[in-house]
Amino acid sequence: MNPPELAGRRIALVDLLDRVLAGGVVLSGDVVLSVADVDLVRISLRALVCSISALGEPG
Amino acid sequence: MNADSVVWLYAVTGALPPRALAGIMGVDGEPVRPIGHEQTVAVAGTVPSAEFGQPALTGNLEDLDWLAATARAHDAVVRAVARAGATVPLRLATICRDDRGVWEMLRDRAAELDAVLSTLSGRAEWGAKVYLAERPVVASVPRAESGTAYLHRRRAQLSAQRERAWTADQQADEMHRELAALAVATCRHPAQDPRLSARSAAMLLNGAYLVDDLRAAEFTATAGELNARYTGIELELTGPWPAYSFTGAAR
Repeated sequence: MNPPELAGRRIALVDLLDRVLAGGVVLSGDVVLSVADVDLVRISLRALVCSISALGEPG
Repeated sequence: MNADSVVWLYAVTGALPPRALAGIMGVDGEPVRPIGHEQTVAVAGTVPSAEFGQPALTGNLEDLDWLAATARAHDAVVRAVARAGATVPLRLATICRDDRGVWEMLRDRAAELDAVLSTLSGRAEWGAKVYLAERPVVASVPRAESGTAYLHRRRAQLSAQRERAWTADQQADEMHRELAALAVATCRHPAQDPRLSARSAAMLLNGAYLVDDLRAAEFTATAGELNARYTGIELELTGPWPAYSFTGAAR
């Protein structure tokens, strides 16, 4: 297990995305240009990662 | 209003001490600034529409490098604000056309934001991820084996696997219950895709816990005990985080 104090470690991107995309307040209404579609982003991000790993794997 | 730029929002907080934002740069390297409505302050930065407005934003969010850099920069600002006091982190890509839009949002949602701020005060988010422990090496297959013996062995293997998975699920739920008992609120995120988490083992729990700062040591000690108690699963703790997973019903 990791030590509890993780301040010196680089935060895993996937843990950060769990929070900054799925968590957080979403402010709706006329003044906000764009906050939606993050689920779509997540899906295409996965597709992107998938295509990267497919490129990187031999065979 | 300036159509060449938009206002990117990072967080909402109470009154900020003077110079709390000095030297802090945002997602475009821009200086961040407070936009206030009475006791509630949004921390924001002005960024170019060409990169952060529509339609560029949608495309950029799907660019992994851009997304990674932007998420880290956003998080850095949120953390800087959180060091000064209770903070409502805003989701990535929360954007207003101009300062007036921000101000109107603060005014219209003041009661809700105040309530969330008071819930988050003196507390931080912790993350706990539980994985199925990597499998021990399977014993080698006997060289000569009858069809019946093979079927028996295979059936026993599958049944052991199922039992192991079931037990691990129960243990992960037990870990979640014990950690939740020390938290004022909890949230279970969907399990991470192994392609993103860079771990092949199945993720059984992706939990977030809002914990009083005064109980943080007890929480991390309990996580350590739980990890030692169960051998078939592994617990990984992350945090403390700004309270991204606990900003309420405004989803």
